[in-house]
Amino acid sequence: MSLLEIHNLKKHFPVGEALFSRNKAVVKAVDGVDLSVEEGETLGLVGESGCGKSTLGRAILRLIEPTDGEVFFQGKNLLTMSQRELRDMRRQMQIIFQDPYASLNPRMRVGDIVGEGIEIHKLAKGRAKRDRVMELLHQVGLREEHYDRYPHEFSGGQRQRIGIARALGVSPSFIVCDEPVSSLDVSIQAQIINLLQELQEKMHLTYLFISHDLRVVEHISHRVAIMYLGKVVEIAKSDTIYRDARHPYTRALLSSVPVPDMNRKKQRVLLEGDVPSPVNPPSGCSFHPRCSYRAAICDQTEPPLDFNSESHGVACHVFGPIKRA
Amino acid sequence: MSPTQSSTEHRAADFAVAPGGGSGDALWSGVWKRFKRNPIARYSFYVVCGLFLIALFADFLANDKPYYLSYQDRTFLPIFRSYLVKIGLAQWPPELLNVDFKKLEGATAVFPPVPYLPTDIDLTAPFENPSPKHWLGTDRLGRDVLAGMIHGSRVSLSIGFVAVGIAAMIGITMGAIAGYFGSWVDLVVSRLFEIMLAIPTFFLLITVAALLPPSIYLTMMIIGATSWVGIARFTRNEFLKIRNLDYVTSAIALGVSDRKVMFKHILPNALAPVIVSVVLGIAGAILVESSLSFLGIGVPAELVTWGSILHEASSATFAWWLAVFPGAAIFITVLAYYLVGEGLREVLDPRLRGLR
Repeated sequence: MSLLEIHNLKKHFPVGEALFSRNKAVVKAVDGVDLSVEEGETLGLVGESGCGKSTLGRAILRLIEPTDGEVFFQGKNLLTMSQRELRDMRRQMQIIFQDPYASLNPRMRVGDIVGEGIEIHKLAKGRAKRDRVMELLHQVGLREEHYDRYPHEFSGGQRQRIGIARALGVSPSFIVCDEPVSSLDVSIQAQIINLLQELQEKMHLTYLFISHDLRVVEHISHRVAIMYLGKVVEIAKSDTIYRDARHPYTRALLSSVPVPDMNRKKQRVLLEGDVPSPVNPPSGCSFHPRCSYRAAICDQTEPPLDFNSESHGVACHVFGPIKRA
Repeated sequence: MSPTQSSTEHRAADFAVAPGGGSGDALWSGVWKRFKRNPIARYSFYVVCGLFLIALFADFLANDKPYYLSYQDRTFLPIFRSYLVKIGLAQWPPELLNVDFKKLEGATAVFPPVPYLPTDIDLTAPFENPSPKHWLGTDRLGRDVLAGMIHGSRVSLSIGFVAVGIAAMIGITMGAIAGYFGSWVDLVVSRLFEIMLAIPTFFLLITVAALLPPSIYLTMMIIGATSWVGIARFTRNEFLKIRNLDYVTSAIALGVSDRKVMFKHILPNALAPVIVSVVLGIAGAILVESSLSFLGIGVPAELVTWGSILHEASSATFAWWLAVFPGAAIFITVLAYYLVGEGLREVLDPRLRGLR
């Protein structure tokens, strides 16, 4: 059994909702996602901004209430839990945020920020709690004298370390990393990613690693899922994605990654147009208006996520495993 | 980038402490520093502080008892003793019980600058002009106006603070609930705000005053219970904004209870605009109390307030001192609170920062 299993998860946001209006427009931020995450692995989740990847991460943890679907964590359905059961469950699953400036309460000391989870779940008290926080600070590469400081005294990378220490405080088994390095300098990105990998090995953590940066995801992930307009369009082992991408969107994303090789001429796949509005997504395959391989069927029916091997799934009429007429 | 650098490197690197150190209290000391730079706000703040001191030491500024009294070879500190008598720790000696300290034979006494209480009636000296004896004149019953104003500042300030304290408690709670829970809760509570706005406070007060005996506490409660909407709206807006910040989400993700998230994580960060509306609310409450006293309702008739002195003026138009001095006191007090509030708003609202 996987640690985390998601079935047909949906999150629709109403837009321009008036009190008595009938026809409510909705943004389908997450529109029927199936995923599973194995214990100890890192699943990379990649997509353009606005494709719903952050919403998906938060909907899994019920930080945003999903519209529909099921989320099984350690075999228990999170979406049918009461608030009380959920609060206990939160010990097991944590989140690390993108913006290290918005993710720490400016009026709390570092020690209180990191120690809060320990206190809430009554894991340690007084002296023992302080020791535990010190240990956590040390684990993420901070020093003891940082305990009594306030967040504004730290740089972006250090703040991100505080955020990681806070998440680790309750000894979770699963962490959603919501673009944890996207707003950091490149040199510090590497440090944080190495830290996350180190911690994963030491504490046997499972990550859902959300990013728009394929290079970052390539390095840390065991498997990668590609999202487009609220749906997963391709999922495969990390090396498979980079070697043998099938979906035209995945290929376009891959070709946009700069390669530091002067001699290699790369063929770039340029996407035409913009991401369509998620309020009014295109019929059939939502990628078809931008796809250079589109067939007649593409604007008629939506391609399901079909698996050609056990681990490689593609949602495409043209390049998918099963050819349709 | 190649994220494969030595994994121990991060321990040493990345420790440059960001500039602007100090503690989190630095935020408030910065507020005070910028507030001080605005002279209007600064002087208004001094006026407010001065009024506080006057209210606090009213008994020592205007009192018919002396500070020090030497009488029949004994010395007394009558003002201090009157406090002890009030709480039952001492008693007046028989020779001083219910005496007029100013008429004691052969006594040496040091009186406060205004040697009257606002309740000292002297029917032989009604409507006296301002003079060295009565600095700001007397009213219909010969009561000293300055003494009345000094002691009346207590009523104004306590009504201002208690009423706004009540309003702040209701308003912050309501605003926090509406802003934090959002959706239908917000809808219901926001409609309640609108209903409250539609209730005319002043007429409600007049009605209640007509039905119930006048009481300063009742007045405080009614002003408090009807004037919380402004504070609630500010609180709601701040909560709506802050609720979606990542540090709040992370608190929820840690399993922190709703109440703790609201009051430990959001409220301290939402306080700045709320404080502004609280300060402005004090000015409003003082104004309402003065208006009520002017109409002769709200507070008991024997209690002298700024508004009740003004009320005297309405039936004795020749006695200009009854109108001018308490009117000026109300004007200066309300203006000072408003200017302090505006000064705070300029300092606390980042959108206004740097405009001056």
